[in-house]
Amino acid sequence: MLKNLSLKSVLVSSAVALSMVGQAHAYEPARSAECIAPANPGGGWDFTCRSVGKVLVDQDYIKGNVQTVNMSGAGGGVAFAHTVSKRTKDDNLIVAASTATTTRLAQGQFPGMNSDQVKWVGTLGADYGIIAVGKDSKYTSLNQLIDALKQDPTSVKFAGGSASGGWDHLKVLMTAQKAHVENLPKVRYLAFSGGSEALVQVVGGHVDAFTGDVSEVKGFMDSGDLRVLAVLSEQRLPAPFNTIPTAMEQGIDSVAPNWRGFYVPGKASQDSYDWWVDTMNELYTTQEWKDIMTKNGLMPFHKSGAEFTQFVKNQTLDIQILSKDIGLIR
Amino acid sequence: MDTISLLMQGFAVALSPESIMFAVAGAILGTLIGALPGLGPANGVAILIPLAFSLGLSPTSSLILLTSVYAGAMYGGRISSILLNIPGDEPAMMTCLDGYPMALKGKAAEALAISAIASFIGSFIATIGLVILAPILAKFALKFGPSEYFALFALAFATLGGITGKNQFKTLMAAAIGLMIATVGIDISTGVQRYTFNTLELFEGVDFIIAIVGLFAISELLFFLERHAGDGLKQVAINKLKLSAKDIIKVLPASIRGALLGFVSGVLPGAGASLGSFISYTLEKRTSDKGEFGHGDPRGVAAPEAGNNGAASGALVPMLTLGVPGSGTTAVLLAMLISLNISPGPMLFQQNADLVWGVIAAMFVGNLVLLLLNIPMVGIFVKLLSIPPKYLMPIVTLIASVGIYSVSHSALDLYFMVGFGVAGYIFRKVDIPLVPIILGMLLGPEMEKSLRHALVLSDGDWGVLFNSGLSIGLWTVAILGLVLPIVVGPIVRAKMARSKNSTS
Repeated sequence: MLKNLSLKSVLVSSAVALSMVGQAHAYEPARSAECIAPANPGGGWDFTCRSVGKVLVDQDYIKGNVQTVNMSGAGGGVAFAHTVSKRTKDDNLIVAASTATTTRLAQGQFPGMNSDQVKWVGTLGADYGIIAVGKDSKYTSLNQLIDALKQDPTSVKFAGGSASGGWDHLKVLMTAQKAHVENLPKVRYLAFSGGSEALVQVVGGHVDAFTGDVSEVKGFMDSGDLRVLAVLSEQRLPAPFNTIPTAMEQGIDSVAPNWRGFYVPGKASQDSYDWWVDTMNELYTTQEWKDIMTKNGLMPFHKSGAEFTQFVKNQTLDIQILSKDIGLIR
Repeated sequence: MDTISLLMQGFAVALSPESIMFAVAGAILGTLIGALPGLGPANGVAILIPLAFSLGLSPTSSLILLTSVYAGAMYGGRISSILLNIPGDEPAMMTCLDGYPMALKGKAAEALAISAIASFIGSFIATIGLVILAPILAKFALKFGPSEYFALFALAFATLGGITGKNQFKTLMAAAIGLMIATVGIDISTGVQRYTFNTLELFEGVDFIIAIVGLFAISELLFFLERHAGDGLKQVAINKLKLSAKDIIKVLPASIRGALLGFVSGVLPGAGASLGSFISYTLEKRTSDKGEFGHGDPRGVAAPEAGNNGAASGALVPMLTLGVPGSGTTAVLLAMLISLNISPGPMLFQQNADLVWGVIAAMFVGNLVLLLLNIPMVGIFVKLLSIPPKYLMPIVTLIASVGIYSVSHSALDLYFMVGFGVAGYIFRKVDIPLVPIILGMLLGPEMEKSLRHALVLSDGDWGVLFNSGLSIGLWTVAILGLVLPIVVGPIVRAKMARSKNSTS
């Protein structure tokens, strides 16, 4: 095991050395690359790294292997700090990111760091937000639920899988704000340590409504225990989720994609950045990636390069303004 | 029969070559660890968690490996009990009572074989119990809202010391230490950082796995250094096995009774394996006709072994369905699950059906492997007992360090691991139990969250904590659990001591 480990570190360091030599010319990917998943094995970021790494190798974009390194801590902050401070010129490193990353950046939860310190490569799909209630709930449409909130913002209690102020919480507040609900800080949100824990409480009838992502609810939707009131996407999602109405259809202009994508170190060479952007664009169109998306409930959502960088900026700003409005940050 | 078809799917997972390999490896490692005096199942699992991480195993493989280690350690605990009169862990204590006298009479091989068979029956029956009970309990778990969960966690803490617990005060102190460590990191109910001193590594709190490996594995290393640096245990010769079918049939009723009692005490929070083996032994002694209990009666070996293995599987029921561990080892397994991003509870049976049933099926496979391993290969395990710790412990430390580092790639985590190791050594020196610390770390945040949720839902009315029959029932058991050990505890312990003294 130790031998294996040191072999890997030799590979990585030689890859770094190779890339330094190669920088004089147009960027050629090294034999192997590294993908940091800023969480323990088994979560969303780990999945992003491992599945993209596999496609990169299968489709021959990378000749050697893509090693996934788990670096948990501070909801991605440890990996972000590591990238900014220690790997800032590494051309062969990508780091998995999602809306959780932008949320924390926007709320200043990575102290002294901001989104300009890294280069944003692109997204390869998204998991859209939903708002749902238990099967015995009195609410049958998003508007009924919003009307109840307008009457009394404490009347509907929401359960979600992120901490207070996290993405699941923000989705509810964004939707309520777009529907002109007043007194947003009074909206009650119960933070659970994962979407499934929150779901059980809603299905069990202990909490009024669930806020989460569409990939989390399939089981309880099929069993009929959960009524999904709205999906926060621009258009209806493909089957089997095409029965869920969008919030927009119901007159509430709220869209909340939880995207999955990558950033690279801030001083990675322009050539290597371009290579990663092009490669992600191509990868997104492969059948292999499409199959992975279908199998794991990821919806189409692709932005890359400058467009993605602008998107990240806007999203960070939006979240910052909302968080200030509702008193989450000063 | 929904359960049957799910179980069959589980067997499809468990019988893949990879799973069988991990089950066998886990069974062997577990037996070895269980056999070494002092290294109980909790330590065994703690030591091997980093191994699972550093090998990059899938969640299913990791769990199969670790549950096999758990089962193997319960098997292994009896080897040193019987041969050396040194229990590998607390539940194995009752096995000394008749096992060691049997060994003295030159029937060591028979005692080991009978205990292997009894262990198998205990685990087998209890795993069937798990198959039947877990899905029912998982459905029932939907009835648990925040206030019921709060009562349940209160119950878990109240019964922490268990009936056989010695010092309630030190147990509470240990739990408080765990709770204090648990407050470090983000408070998810408000999004505020607590005690993190702007250190990014602390934002998500102190990792349980690091605490577990430090407290159990590293402190064990320090103890080994202190106790017998270098020397292995003395070699014990064992006789040739002469066991007839008649002998096996004779211990069957005792094993089955022990298994059932063990399972029940395993499911109940706080009771655990020690009580399982104790009750099984005393009941057997009382109900059986004339026997020579305490002087090497085979039934006195079979009953407690079946009891403690039954309890080991029983303890998995509340852990998997409610996320509340009933014992130290299940607490360690729970921490492992959480680290793999798998949240236990009713959703586990819905979302990770493959994994749960795969693991349950692997327990059947693992038990069969253990039985097959233990009868012919007992000589090898006995020889392993004499491996000098000077070779063994560095390997353990190496595995632990590499594993911890590979989780987060943070040197700080290694410092924490060593820190916990030193703390664990000191705690054990002053008889502060380690398991409540881990339970405090695991359950503290959950308990806090449940209380806050309950109060948010009721708009601040504390009455919500007692407003359902279920929560009142849980509070009642919690109060009993706190009071009973003070009243009954001394009686039970005196009996345990008396039965031990009368034989040795």
